[in-house]
Amino acid sequence: MKLALGPLLYYWPRETVLGFYEAVARAPVDTVYLGEVVCARRHELSFEDWLAIGERLAAAGKEVVLSAQALAESEGDLKLQRRAATNGRYRVEANDWGAAHMLAGTPGWVAGPHLNVYNPQTLALLAELGATRWVAPLEATRELVAGMLAARPAGLEAEVFGFGRMPLAFSARCFTARRFDRQKEDCGYACLEFPDGMALGTREGKPFLAVNGIQTLSAGAYCLVEELAALRGAGVTLLRVSPQSKNTVDILFALRAACDGQLSSFDARKALAALAPGALWNGFWHGRPGMEAA
Amino acid sequence: MELLCPAGSLPALQAAVDHGADWVYLGLRDDTNARNFPGLNFDEAALAAGLAYAHARGRKVLMAVNTYPQAASWTRWTAAVDRAARLGADAIIVADAGLIAYAHRAHPKLELHLSVQGSATSYEAINFFHERFGVKRAVLPRVLSLQQVELVAKRTPAEIEVFGFGGLCVMVEGRCALSAYACGEAPNLSGACSPAHAVRWKETPAGLESRLNGVLIDRYAKGERAAYPTVCKGRYAAGTDTYYAFEEPASLNTLELLPEFARIGVRAVKIEGRQRSPAYVAQVTRVWREAIDALQAGRFAPRAEWQQALARHAEGSQTTLGAFSRPWK
Repeated sequence: MKLALGPLLYYWPRETVLGFYEAVARAPVDTVYLGEVVCARRHELSFEDWLAIGERLAAAGKEVVLSAQALAESEGDLKLQRRAATNGRYRVEANDWGAAHMLAGTPGWVAGPHLNVYNPQTLALLAELGATRWVAPLEATRELVAGMLAARPAGLEAEVFGFGRMPLAFSARCFTARRFDRQKEDCGYACLEFPDGMALGTREGKPFLAVNGIQTLSAGAYCLVEELAALRGAGVTLLRVSPQSKNTVDILFALRAACDGQLSSFDARKALAALAPGALWNGFWHGRPGMEAA
Repeated sequence: MELLCPAGSLPALQAAVDHGADWVYLGLRDDTNARNFPGLNFDEAALAAGLAYAHARGRKVLMAVNTYPQAASWTRWTAAVDRAARLGADAIIVADAGLIAYAHRAHPKLELHLSVQGSATSYEAINFFHERFGVKRAVLPRVLSLQQVELVAKRTPAEIEVFGFGGLCVMVEGRCALSAYACGEAPNLSGACSPAHAVRWKETPAGLESRLNGVLIDRYAKGERAAYPTVCKGRYAAGTDTYYAFEEPASLNTLELLPEFARIGVRAVKIEGRQRSPAYVAQVTRVWREAIDALQAGRFAPRAEWQQALARHAEGSQTTLGAFSRPWK
């Protein structure tokens, strides 16, 4: 099982991001997804900065993939998607059908988790368009993944979101700006204050969600470390970890050890529970509510 | 400008036709469509009767097959598409790319519309489905501004449809797993958001509580108007603030924007609410029919009587322009 580091979903200061990927270059991770996928207003890093981080990671032996922004509303958003799609150097992850359209015919792109690919017929269509990797949607159950891969197109790899706060929804409305009664276009870059998203609890004080600009995430972390055998059995070859402000490298070490059989799933879960931003959940994989531990 | 109205039952379909809908949209009685609620929707006999009723009066029927099939359930979705074609539906509305490919191949004459659940927010996305599968029309998510809708309409040969009135999704449709996160079922795979069986209401000393699978979505003081507990319409705590973190309960109402829609090339407006009563369908359809007729006669001005009739059917009696109003985002 290879480990992949998903795109950074949060908005961090430039120096923090550069330091983070410097540490990632030395971490046990095979593939790193780079780029801004959530909000086009974020500008701590330019597209060129992301390419430079890519060079550093490629030099360290990592496979680099550029992730395209998930929600495209304006011509500016489409320009950013086109820049990623035509970068000519790295593989690209499409997270909507507009980006898939731009990449159609380019061999070797990645069909990202926000593309809503739930059945073998859609997977076959993507393979026909040149995709060679499918990242399962967050809601994917074990049965769904197994059903997809039973008759998978030749040469197609499968990746599953395996650890981190779950990216549950996108909106055009910025909920971080809303908290401070600001409009999106005058947000004051409030996301910089919330390196793992802004926690939302229920009115009886239970952790529930985390708001990250236009994105809504879970309070707890998805964790499939106890499902490695089932994932392998289904034909999954990459496990995605989502970056967080603390402990990401330790999480990668723990998962690497679990994948290599050096850490039992029980011990790995215990280690990961101490490194997670909240409770560990795996409901989706078992066809249950996402905020349950089966 | 065409008017599309919802029908969750044969009486609702008749109400929509009688009050001036150009199209009525409906779904089968299962999870192949995004309003999979108990007691709602059409079996084959009701579908045939509905088609006959609409066609006899020169109106069209659109069948929604707009959830996402999986490997094990694929043939149920293709059977729904086949049934729409066999019974003579005027078009189907689909979200899943694989199913669109199937429909295009198996029924080349069947008109295809891209559902809002397909999450196509740009002309690049819509043009993909138009060029490859001949998709004739796309429904835009309720998160785009007028300027953004205009850009899409200019850059695609596909017809553009927008939501005019009804429930407002704050999240991009087809990209929201909040309901599945809380209760295990969401529109993409189950065809329902906050399904009734997972909802509980309880009077407590602290107020009326609404829960979704045990998760407290909101609590209402005496005199506060309670909203149906979808995750995005709840009140939550951030730091010391407890507030509607995503959206106040309100319905979308874009009636006043009809002339703008016409100017930027919107081809159709859609009324949300297959889960609503035939009386809702009748009254909302009547208002929008009058408004579109006035627009086409060149004498459109929003009437107070129209807005009052629509407000009666709005969530919390509140309406909003949603993303069509600049401060909303």
